[in-house]
Amino acid sequence: MAQIFDRSANTLARASLLGVVLLLTGVGAALMQFQRSPFVTNQHIAPEQPVPFSHQHHVAGLGLDCRYCHTSVEESSFAGIPPTKTCINCHAQLWTKAEMLEPVRYSYRTGESLKWIRVHDLPDFVYFNHSIHVAKGVGCQSCHGQVDQMPLMYEENTLQMEWCLNCHRQTEKFLRPKDQVFSMTYAQPSEDHEVSFEGKKYTSQFDLGSDLHKKYNLRTVQDITSCSTCHR
Amino acid sequence: MALNDQVDQLPPKGIRPPIIGPGQTLGTATDRIAGIVLTKHTPIFWFAVVAVSVGIFGILNTAIAYLLGRGTGIWGINIPVGWGFAIVNFVWWIGIGHAGTLISAILLLFKQSWRTSINRFAEAMTIFAVMQAGLFPLVHTGRPWLAAYWLFPIPNTMGVWPQFRSPLIWDVFAVSTYFTVSFLFWGIGLIPDFATLRDSAKTLVVRRIYGMLAMGWRGSARHWNRYETAYMLLAGLATPLVLSVHSVVSLDFASSIVPGWHTTFFPPYFVAGAIFSGFAMVLILAIPFRALYGMQDYITLRHLQNCAKVMLATGMIVAYAYVLEMFMGWYSNDRYELAMVHNRLHGPYSGYYFMLVLCNIIIPQSLWFNKVRSSPLALFLVACVVQCGMWLERFVIVVMSLQRDFLPSSWGMYWFTKWDIATLLGTMGFFTLLFFLFIRFMPAISIFEIRTLLPQSKVKE
Repeated sequence: MAQIFDRSANTLARASLLGVVLLLTGVGAALMQFQRSPFVTNQHIAPEQPVPFSHQHHVAGLGLDCRYCHTSVEESSFAGIPPTKTCINCHAQLWTKAEMLEPVRYSYRTGESLKWIRVHDLPDFVYFNHSIHVAKGVGCQSCHGQVDQMPLMYEENTLQMEWCLNCHRQTEKFLRPKDQVFSMTYAQPSEDHEVSFEGKKYTSQFDLGSDLHKKYNLRTVQDITSCSTCHR
Repeated sequence: MALNDQVDQLPPKGIRPPIIGPGQTLGTATDRIAGIVLTKHTPIFWFAVVAVSVGIFGILNTAIAYLLGRGTGIWGINIPVGWGFAIVNFVWWIGIGHAGTLISAILLLFKQSWRTSINRFAEAMTIFAVMQAGLFPLVHTGRPWLAAYWLFPIPNTMGVWPQFRSPLIWDVFAVSTYFTVSFLFWGIGLIPDFATLRDSAKTLVVRRIYGMLAMGWRGSARHWNRYETAYMLLAGLATPLVLSVHSVVSLDFASSIVPGWHTTFFPPYFVAGAIFSGFAMVLILAIPFRALYGMQDYITLRHLQNCAKVMLATGMIVAYAYVLEMFMGWYSNDRYELAMVHNRLHGPYSGYYFMLVLCNIIIPQSLWFNKVRSSPLALFLVACVVQCGMWLERFVIVVMSLQRDFLPSSWGMYWFTKWDIATLLGTMGFFTLLFFLFIRFMPAISIFEIRTLLPQSKVKE
């Protein structure tokens, strides 16, 4: 009886065992990377806006406070997108002929809002509140990154749930004194950088964060990682 | 050889029918069983059954497609009965699978040689039944593409895991372990038979296909030695699964505080019920199979009688459990448990309960009679009744406890819809389709194990 398989079939059979394992792990790893890639999260991608507004210029260059435009960040769930009138406060006198600002002037003349593209957009099933984060000592920069270094606005972080939980599970690694919340130049305490809070000098973020957790009456980790804290 | 030219010959009173019909040799046994697969003339009834079951499989696909489009609202579930057909059907199908594992693993370890004729297709039955069962947890979420991380601990961008303290996640592990071990057991058992098919096939393509499945089996002493070791090891692994899988399924209910569910005897009660319904399914499959393919010499009356005896024994355990359910209601002295007992007997679903008692306790008592145990037709009918009864049992457990819980203001009724029926019916069609494909393309009876039963293979000292 003739052989029905070539000698190479033995090698192929063994290689296919390894191949299946490699294929499955490869596909799994690729899917996980894909889910975290900017293609899905939009991280580090600056969308095209009606006016190329530069946070770098306005914050680092001119020294505007975050709250000058985002007025409701301390009291409301929503930080607030400024009305065109806020822009016109200055631009009634500055750069009044600039081509780039024409959409702003048009909006002011007609009362039609500028249609900004939302950069930080959480899913609707997430109950998120800016005011509580500001009130408990979470810096703007902790979530939004070095906004004063962004010529065009982009997402610094993925805004995925694992990223939210990363802070909710270990708040002491991120909290800062409340008077530093809006600072873009604040640095966490370290061996060669002291941060003082209520007369005490800290050289460790863990100590500072743990004290702030108590001082600002943050709820327990169990509470702030409970499902219904964010999904109501 | 024409079909149905063999008849069951009942031996004289007091003598049990043989495990294998008279006059069989190594050659005839191999040719008859392999002939089903290698024949050029597929019987007409095979096409008829496959055509009908493909149609019903289509109903299943329609029902699932509509479910995915519209959500689980197309089913009858609502508050208070949030668990409906999907859970009933899941428990029913997973229970059916248990007989296959019991036959292949436990009876192997106990050296019950009669198992060899029925173990192969009983194992296939297990795998196909677990597949039907697995469908329900997947689709009952309404969003099966998300169910992957709801059911399995897959690292994900949400940083969340399933609740490991919940029996529902134990269930996922129990059932997937069960499927894996059953599949391996079945696959390893098939290797020597695939080699037989490879060697007797006429065309190169068929020989290549079975050759790949046989994985280079040459039947050397070393092969057999390793094969026996692997088979025994897997049998050892599969044995605890017969008891554990349905125990874990029962914990989905027993670990809750719902009246009628919150009892410690649920695990053994469920396991007995599973084996009861599983052996009924073995009979439902074996009786038409041996009649249609003329396999009465290999699946003899002895096999049917033995299955009937197992059914009688496990059926009595199940009957005892029903009595115990009533007793526990009284013994707990808990008004909610007592109300549950009252609801069973006089509530809106009491008709289901009395049907269940009829199907699972009263009718199976006919199996005490040798006449019933020796009549394939009677056994087939009893097995069908038991199958209905076991489905009703799960319906009674799931629906009756949920529809009336602690607060009368939250009581409600459960009405299943045509989509519930279509899904249940559809899985039956899918199961039948898989089973008939299996009969056609794989050896439905273990050829090499049948050989060991033949007089020729008995070595004289």
